[in-house]
Amino acid sequence: MSHTENQPERNRQFATFFMKDLFFGIDVRKVQEVLRAQEMTRVPLAPNVLRGLINLRGQIVAAIDMRERLELPARDSGQEPMNMIVRADDGAVSLLVDEIGDVIHVAAESYEPVPETMTGTLRQLVEGVYKLDGRLLLVLDTDRTLQLQPAL
Amino acid sequence: MEDLDLIKEFLIESNENLGRMDQEMVELERRPKDATLLASIFRSIHTLKGTCGFLGFSTIERITHQAETILGQVRNGDRDLTPPLVSLVLESVDAVKAELTAIEKTNQESGELYADLVDRLTRSARPQAEEPGNAAVESVLAATVLDVDPPLAAKAAAEADGSASGKGPSVADSTIRVDVGLLDKLMNLVGELVLARNQVLQFTSRLEDVSLNATSQRLNQITSELQEGVMKTRMQPIGVIWNKLPRVVRDLASMCGKQVTLEMDGAETELDKTIIEAIKDPLTHIVRNACDHGIELPEARVRAGKPPQGRLLLRAFHEGGNVNIEIIDDGGGIDAQRVKAKAVQQGLVREEQADRMAERELVNLVFLPGFSTAREVTSISGRGVGMDVVKTNIEKIGGTVDLVSRRGTGSTIRIKIPLTLAIIPGLVVSVRQERFVIPQTSLLELVRLEGAESLRQIEWVGNTPLYRRRGNLLPLAFLDRVLRLDGGGGDMPDVINIVVLQAEDRQFGLVVDRVNDTQEIVVKPLGKQMKGLDCYAGATIMGDGRVALILDVMGIAHHSGVLAEGRTAARGEDKAAAEASSEERKSMLLFRAGEFDRLAVPLALVARLEEIPRERLEHAAGRPVVQYRGQLLPLVGLAGELGVAASQNSDRPLQVIVFADGDNRLGMVVDEIVDIVEDEIRIRRPSSRPGVLGSAVIASQVTDVLDLQAVIQSADTGWFGETQDHKMLHILIAEDSPFGRGLLRSSLEMSGYRVAEASDAADAIAKLALRPYDLVLASLDLAGSGAARILEAVRGNPELTGTQVFAMQPSQQRGSEARAIPAGFAAALSRFDREGMLRSINQLASALAASERAQMEPAARR
Repeated sequence: MSHTENQPERNRQFATFFMKDLFFGIDVRKVQEVLRAQEMTRVPLAPNVLRGLINLRGQIVAAIDMRERLELPARDSGQEPMNMIVRADDGAVSLLVDEIGDVIHVAAESYEPVPETMTGTLRQLVEGVYKLDGRLLLVLDTDRTLQLQPAL
Repeated sequence: MEDLDLIKEFLIESNENLGRMDQEMVELERRPKDATLLASIFRSIHTLKGTCGFLGFSTIERITHQAETILGQVRNGDRDLTPPLVSLVLESVDAVKAELTAIEKTNQESGELYADLVDRLTRSARPQAEEPGNAAVESVLAATVLDVDPPLAAKAAAEADGSASGKGPSVADSTIRVDVGLLDKLMNLVGELVLARNQVLQFTSRLEDVSLNATSQRLNQITSELQEGVMKTRMQPIGVIWNKLPRVVRDLASMCGKQVTLEMDGAETELDKTIIEAIKDPLTHIVRNACDHGIELPEARVRAGKPPQGRLLLRAFHEGGNVNIEIIDDGGGIDAQRVKAKAVQQGLVREEQADRMAERELVNLVFLPGFSTAREVTSISGRGVGMDVVKTNIEKIGGTVDLVSRRGTGSTIRIKIPLTLAIIPGLVVSVRQERFVIPQTSLLELVRLEGAESLRQIEWVGNTPLYRRRGNLLPLAFLDRVLRLDGGGGDMPDVINIVVLQAEDRQFGLVVDRVNDTQEIVVKPLGKQMKGLDCYAGATIMGDGRVALILDVMGIAHHSGVLAEGRTAARGEDKAAAEASSEERKSMLLFRAGEFDRLAVPLALVARLEEIPRERLEHAAGRPVVQYRGQLLPLVGLAGELGVAASQNSDRPLQVIVFADGDNRLGMVVDEIVDIVEDEIRIRRPSSRPGVLGSAVIASQVTDVLDLQAVIQSADTGWFGETQDHKMLHILIAEDSPFGRGLLRSSLEMSGYRVAEASDAADAIAKLALRPYDLVLASLDLAGSGAARILEAVRGNPELTGTQVFAMQPSQQRGSEARAIPAGFAAALSRFDREGMLRSINQLASALAASERAQMEPAARR
């Protein structure tokens, strides 16, 4: 609801990814790059959602597990997450996602605010929905996604 | 767009010029005949005026025009440079600075006209311009150097400046301005290169290719040099921030009517830019303080036999990876007694604490938060920003501050800071396959315990592990537990590595699995996602490309609880004060035994805590003993019969507190060790129950304090020889050295005496008036023949007829029984002959006990 005012006027381009059966998109301008699973240093005492730190060409980047963030069940063991590196105010952050999709163009007309029926964390983190052929593209609000509860 | 670029360029240049001018003007005031200096100032202001005219900043142009005129007159020798004139020019510089700030924000002047300033400038410039003809000639004369007539200034100014500076030193031509952001980026890139280099080196070492090896060695070398070079680009001479100090000092001095010369030594000493920025304000504050409080008024100086002009010296120099900065003044120094009185009055330290501090410690109390000695708040200092802020800011960047002051001759403040923050030496440790880095600055020592025997040096009190390190108990924290790392058994491993760390004024041991090596690490900050995790100070990238977390020692200490509540309260307190307070507070071991639910004994008296299997219990001469470290350890139980306590929990091993003094050992069987707490112990209510001295409130609960003396006597182990005939003496130690008192006190307390301390004769006499003591140990070193005064006071007081006074010989008189006993004293003891001293005191105790018995026995027989 709160996002209806800034409904996009132009067609937009999204980098997409999958989480279980959900299909998400992030504005392509916010995405720096996509990497396969990286060696990770875990951070003891950090909340589960903060999976660890990775070395991105000398820059230390925090990795946020989107399964935890979206309160989805944990990944099967052996299923390696992908890193979607997004730009944040104070440097890059990696989102650990199940699978990377294509970069797609969407038409502004297919935009809808978040459906009333959507609840919980998903409702807080999704800023809008595009109706595509046969599936819905959930637009991730990266600012909110990167805002974690302060640890301990 | 182009205009904006031009303005930006103008701002950078002008700010630089003005900064230099501040310094040069002050310099000029001292050396008014220095033509080069004057020419440089003239040129700066002239350039400024020209550019402003060109860019249409008319206010600045007007101000600078008048200032230039005045300076021109001075340069031509038409008038002398008087202090008011200098002030006027400096005031103009300030006005221009304010305008530049406005331009930076809005790209235009503020609109303020500075009518008053311009008016004063104009009037001041006039006397020499009375004859219009002359003025014109002068103007032309001025132009002969710079080849510019003021009204035509505009474009020519830039050229003129260019040609003029071309004649001067060529440093300006060989330097360029670089955006700091770019340097930071370069620094990061070099960091990455270093990592890539490390990886290449690792690979190469595995392959036996000679030419690859040679190439990678070359890569190695070049990378190191590049790293060094880039680090250097971030370095700035400390002179950058010293430049504005001459002006600060001059203004302050003239405002307070003082005369101060500022000398600077080592302005070329280089520091990382971030550090330079961090020390700017603290340094200015210290200099202001030195002018305001340190240096006296000229009359006072002359009266004290000093030259009327005060001297303030700034010194900077490198020393062992650190930069030292000293601010030295030859002023009045700090009155330690006044600091003390003020600190006590403001409730920052307790009077007893302050009494025990040395002069140097007292002086350093000025760094306590909330401290101010300024009798009144002046416009210069005493305005809220205190020395505590100075200290905090410097400590934030890993530095230290120390203040030394001598009354009448001045003060020295010494600041020690690291060269750079970006790269620090760190110790790499691992626990449960995870690596962590500990900043070397917090590291005190490494201890490795191997084998069952040495592992027993770790003792558990409740849930608190302790390590006995050179007689002191060091609280331990297990890193895997602190960080809640899972995996691995809960058993104690065979080898234990303890990293002894300093967390502010406390020490603790951090137990890790492995200590790897020390490395220079590049510190990277953690993102905001990691906020709230106070156990980490940052992260770094290791040679293998993986990220490792840098531990925050203070955070770890708090998290693990090794700094108990009472201790954390000492945070930020001056170290001396904290030490003093720890003297007041005592660590107490709490335990449960028989009918006593909560008993306490000073931890200092406890040698070890043992768990002894019941089957090892034996009897010798009808008394319970165990074999312990090749000796028989006599055991005592508290609630009368050991058997009772033992039968209650017959499956559990015996919990034994071992007390020891020399070869004498005694084990006390208790039901359970509860905790160790640190608290101020004041016995509230004396007890009539055997084995208990009285009760005290410890850790906010009423606790019985063990009468160790009674316990030892009940054991009848021959601890004191003829122990039964031993009277528990009340002893007063009069000795000025806190260390000496502490030493003596603990050894006397070990022997079961009750001890009070006095720091000087007056203190001792006051304490003697409160209650009678059996024995006074008076140090012959006490100031003002203190020992004799105490003796006199005791002899003169009829209530103290039973009080003996022993003299304590100075330390050199080791074992000097031959030395004569000073007149009036019952005995003379050598302070460091501990055994001889105890023997004499024990004899006295036995004699007193015997005479008491003699008085009581006839009555008892009947």
